[in-house]
Amino acid sequence: MSLVAESVSAGYRGRRVLNGVSLTVAAGETVGLRGPSGSGKSTLVRVLALLHTPDAGHVSLDGVRIEGVRHRVPVSVRTRIAVLFQSPRAASDPRLTLADLIAEPLRAVRRPREGIAARVAELADRVGLTADLLTRRPHAVSDGQLQRACLARALAHRPAYLLCDEATTMLDASTQALVASVITAEQRETGLGVLVVSHDPALLSRWADRVVTVAPPRRSDISAPQPT
Amino acid sequence: MKNLLVIEGLGVRFRLRDATVHAVSDLDLTVRPGELLAVVGESGCGKSVLAHALLGLLPANALVTGRALLHPARPAAPGPSTQRRTLPRWSSVLPRPAGDRAESRRGSSGWSSRLSRRLRDSAEHQPEGTGAGGGGVGSGGAVDLLACGEKVLARSVRGRRIGLIPQSPATALTVVRTGRRLLAETLTAHGRDPGLAAQVAIEAGLDPADLERYPFELSGGMAQRLATALALATDPPLLIADEPTSGLDRPLVDHTLDLLRRRCDAGAAVLLITHDLAAAERVADTVAVMYASRIVEHRPAADLFRSPAHPYTQALLNALPDRDFTPLPGHPPMLTALPPGCAFAARCPRVSETCATRPSGPVACHHPLVEVPA
Ligand code: SF4
Repeated sequence: MSLVAESVSAGYRGRRVLNGVSLTVAAGETVGLRGPSGSGKSTLVRVLALLHTPDAGHVSLDGVRIEGVRHRVPVSVRTRIAVLFQSPRAASDPRLTLADLIAEPLRAVRRPREGIAARVAELADRVGLTADLLTRRPHAVSDGQLQRACLARALAHRPAYLLCDEATTMLDASTQALVASVITAEQRETGLGVLVVSHDPALLSRWADRVVTVAPPRRSDISAPQPT
Repeated sequence: MKNLLVIEGLGVRFRLRDATVHAVSDLDLTVRPGELLAVVGESGCGKSVLAHALLGLLPANALVTGRALLHPARPAAPGPSTQRRTLPRWSSVLPRPAGDRAESRRGSSGWSSRLSRRLRDSAEHQPEGTGAGGGGVGSGGAVDLLACGEKVLARSVRGRRIGLIPQSPATALTVVRTGRRLLAETLTAHGRDPGLAAQVAIEAGLDPADLERYPFELSGGMAQRLATALALATDPPLLIADEPTSGLDRPLVDHTLDLLRRRCDAGAAVLLITHDLAAAERVADTVAVMYASRIVEHRPAADLFRSPAHPYTQALLNALPDRDFTPLPGHPPMLTALPPGCAFAARCPRVSETCATRPSGPVACHHPLVEVPA
C-alpha cells in the first residue's frame, strides 16, 4: 500500500521544475521532503494530489496507475488523497463558516445529513475547535484556528494519504505541534501515509520517519533567458 | 546607549459594528540603536498591528492611544546644524520637488493604499511633551509617530527613518516596474547612488539578474528578498521586519536573519515581528512575548530562552519540535472579549485566585517560573 510518483517530470508553460523525480509514501509512514526554493516540492505535491498532470512519468495509488487529474479521477480514488496547504486563508472560502468548510467535502459526495453533522463534530473535536469557533467565518479566526479547520476538512473522508505542503510554516509553535499531533494520532488509528514538505530541519527530524531531498533544478531550467 | 524608539502606553482598538477589538493594550517598549528586538507571539496576538501602528498604516477604524517617540539616530545634535548637514545632500541629488519625491517613494517602496485612508481620532491623544503645536515633532528632532500625522510620516519617517520589510511583499510591490527600477528609484529618492542597486540586491540575497523581472514574475521568496532590498536601500536607522522570512526556505531564512543582525551590528535598530521562535533565538538581543494584545515577558533573549519566566513563554518554547513538541491546550481569548485578569489564566497550569487581577511588570505573571528583577 503506497502512493508513488514514478519518474515524474512536470512544469508550467514549458518551464520544467521537476525532472524525473520518484518518491514513495507507504501507508503508515511519515516521509519528510525538503529541497531549496524552486526545486519543485510544491509541484511534486500537486502531482501526487492529482491536481497537476505530469509531462512524463505517472502517479500510482496502492499499485494502480492513475490516469488524469481532478474530476476525471473517480471520487473513490480522489478522496483517498488529501492535501494541507501552507496558507489556510488562500485555501478557504471566506463566505463559509468553519463548520461548513469542514462539511463541504462530505456534502460533495452526498452523504446523509445527520451523518455529516456528527462527523463534523467529531473532526472539530479532534483538532480542538470549540462550538463557538465553528460558527465563525475565516475573517473572525486566527490563521492557526483556520488551519485546524483545514486539517479537519482534509481528514473528513478518512484519506489514506495526507500531503502537507509547508502546512505549519506560517503557524506558531503551539499550533504546529497540535497539527503534527493530530496527524500522528490519525496515523496510528488508520495507517495514514503522510508526506511533510518543510524547510525546517528541526521539524523534519522530529516528525518524519525518513527525509528525502529534492535536488535543486539547474539554473537554466528555472529562470528566463538572461541577457549576456 | 540612548533609546531610539520609546513606546509608552500604546493601545490600538478597532471598533466594529457590534464589538471592540483590543489589538494592542498598554504596551511599553524601548529599542536602542544596535539592538535587535524580536516581538514573538501567535497569529492574532496583535504583533503586526503594533508594526502598522508605528508606521501609520492602520485602517480608518483604528483608535490609537499612547506615544511612540522616535529619536534622531545620532546623538541629539541641535536642530539647525542637523539641517545644515542633511539639506545640501538631499538638494544636490534631488532636483525634483518634494511632493514628487514623496510620491515616487511611496510608489516604489509599496506602502499600501491604506495609508492615506487612516483618520486619527485626535480626542484619543495625549500630545503633551511632544512639542507644542509641533504636529508631534518634539525637541531634538524626536517625533511622536502616533501624533505627527500622515504628512510627516510619509515625508520624513517611512522609508527614511523607518524601513519596513512587509509581510506579504507580493501584494505590496508595484507591479509596473522592474525590480531594478524600483530599487534605483528608491536609492535616488534617498540621495544614494542608483548604481548601488545590484549591490543592495546581492546583500538581500537576490541575484542581480532577477532585477530585470517584474514583481509578478518573481516567486514569493524572490519578492520577499526584493522587498527586503528596498527596505535596506535607504539605510534607515530603524528597520521594522514584519514576518520577513515567511515563504523563504531555510538558507534564505538564515540569510535574511543574518542580514538583520549585521544591520544592528552596524548601529541600526531592528524590530523583528515573528511567530518563529527559532528565528528570534538565532538573532535577537531582546525578546518581547506577546499574548492576547499584551506583552507578557520582555527580557534579554539568552535569559528568556534558557529559563522562561512566564508560563505562556514556557509553553510556547515547549511546543518547539526540538523541545517537547507539545501543543498548548485550548485557545487564546477573543480580542473582543478579553478577561479583566490574566488573559492566560484559562490555559495556565499555575493559575490561582490571585490571577483574577491583572499582573504587570517585565514578566506579567503572579507566579513566574523564575524571579526577574524589574
Ligand atoms: S498570572 Fe496566573 S494565570 Fe496568568 S500566567 Fe501567571 S500564574 Fe498563570
